Amino acid sequence: MFQRLPDPSGSPVSFTLDGRPLEGRQGDTVSSALLAAGVETCRSSAVSGEPRAPYCLMGVCFECLVTIDGVGNQQGCLVALRPGMQVETQIGRGKRELAR
Amino acid sequence: MKTLSHVNDLAEHYDLVVIGAGPAGMAAATLAADKGAQVLLVDENPTFGGQIYRAVSSTPLKDRALLGADYWKGEAIGAAFSQSQADYFPGATVWQLSPELELGISSGGRTAVLHARRVIMATGALERPMPIKGWTLPGVMTAGAAQILLKTSGVAVSGKVVLAGCGPLLWLIAAQYLAAGKRFDAILDTTPRGNWRTAMKDLPGFLTSPYLAKGLKLMAKVRRQAKIISGVTALAAEGEGHLARVRYTAGGREVVIEADHLLLHQGVTPNINMASASNCELEWDDAQLAWKPKLDDWGNTTVPGIAISGDGAGIAGAEAAAERGRITALDALAGLGIISIAQRDEQAKPIRSELNRYDRGRVFLDRLYQPAQQFRVAGEDTIACRCEEVTGGQIRKAVTTLNIAGPNQLKSFLRCGMGPCQGRLCGLTVSETIAEARGSTPEAVGYYRLRAPVKPVTLAELASLKQSETEIRTVARG
Repeated sequence: MFQRLPDPSGSPVSFTLDGRPLEGRQGDTVSSALLAAGVETCRSSAVSGEPRAPYCLMGVCFECLVTIDGVGNQQGCLVALRPGMQVETQIGRGKRELAR
Repeated sequence: MKTLSHVNDLAEHYDLVVIGAGPAGMAAATLAADKGAQVLLVDENPTFGGQIYRAVSSTPLKDRALLGADYWKGEAIGAAFSQSQADYFPGATVWQLSPELELGISSGGRTAVLHARRVIMATGALERPMPIKGWTLPGVMTAGAAQILLKTSGVAVSGKVVLAGCGPLLWLIAAQYLAAGKRFDAILDTTPRGNWRTAMKDLPGFLTSPYLAKGLKLMAKVRRQAKIISGVTALAAEGEGHLARVRYTAGGREVVIEADHLLLHQGVTPNINMASASNCELEWDDAQLAWKPKLDDWGNTTVPGIAISGDGAGIAGAEAAAERGRITALDALAGLGIISIAQRDEQAKPIRSELNRYDRGRVFLDRLYQPAQQFRVAGEDTIACRCEEVTGGQIRKAVTTLNIAGPNQLKSFLRCGMGPCQGRLCGLTVSETIAEARGSTPEAVGYYRLRAPVKPVTLAELASLKQSETEIRTVARG
């Protein structure tokens, strides 16, 4: 689990994950907002379909791939969270084709 | 600085393009712009600072003691950069740098191609892969990732947390977490006990290092507050769909502990993907056990016009990175004809003496924290290439039965290194695993041959490029 420390500032930012309303903070990336909201698994791996979660958070590993506003395979750790963003997880083999 | 938000804001030509907004990139861009060069700094993160000074201008953490005084040194570098005349393009990806200094830059689903007279790559370091069984399970992440969460969002990993690995950064992250009021269920130190013996001969140099006092203070602080298990020789993450347990061996005894999170770290290595894709020659560093670019005294690569500074040029730390950034900027300015060679040499003198100070005892740290072989090569059932899910066992079998010479040949059979991360996270593991299987060295088996695009770019982005008459005529028929 992930916890926000008591004092952090930053105004709330509303977005959706798979259609469900969630809230992050100003300054979050898409990945940090998801982790803070308790969402770890964001996609299935390309070969065996096993669950994967953000690993490096610095743009190297490509484990944090999500669909953002309809565009697939975005590195969630590099994208600043914006109000109204529609984020989708890439869980399930159907999404696998996006990576190919 | 002028912040750009769209590829249309880019000029078609720049005197100098700097890639990466960490200490090296910011220091280089600031110096060059202050001397009158037309400079662009491109960075893929939303805010400047790189990883070490990540979110230094925007972190929600108000308690300055939490991240420590060294972190806040980034403020001054950031402030100087903000006051410079450089163009700054955050949230933008350089997907190509050709040896002719043509850059492909994407942002917000649009792309542009521009030309530079000089390029400084300041692409920094990445955490050395630590392939253990189960490391792809959600719940396992790098210790650096946990630190990034803290800096950017004030978010801490909570619950039952295990920190494992070795290296100076491991202790820094531990101290920052403890200062944030968090705790670790265990810190598993994988530093091989024999390393002390090989490092000892370089101890005299380290005794004069500015890092000595800091390091000892940090370690003492962590030791007082956390349970540390030294001499860990085996490690595995276990669970179904999420980490549930960590299994480790220390002193010949196997122990299983419950865990919600496992944070892995065993040092950092230069991020050489773009350098390699731009045809810059690499060499193997036997002390740092990593590839680094071949450079001259001014950070110039083997490709004319392309220099590399900061940890991407070989690991030396944040403060050295800024100084190395300035060195490469001075040479760029001389190359552009903005300052003379004599001025370059004169202005580099004080910078070089600062650099020497930071270099003292570096070898001691490199040798002391050299990760053990069993944590650098992938075990039988351990995934080496996370993208294409290739195990150490598959690599060894292919190497021995098919007599595979190196990583590039291995791609044809197993696809390792061909997923979206383009070998960033498996390159070292694969080179070292092949070397072990062949009874050879990483230097002899080599590294992945990398090519542009170094980051994924969509066909729509490419189609959005402006085309010249000549380009259209080249492919048009009739």
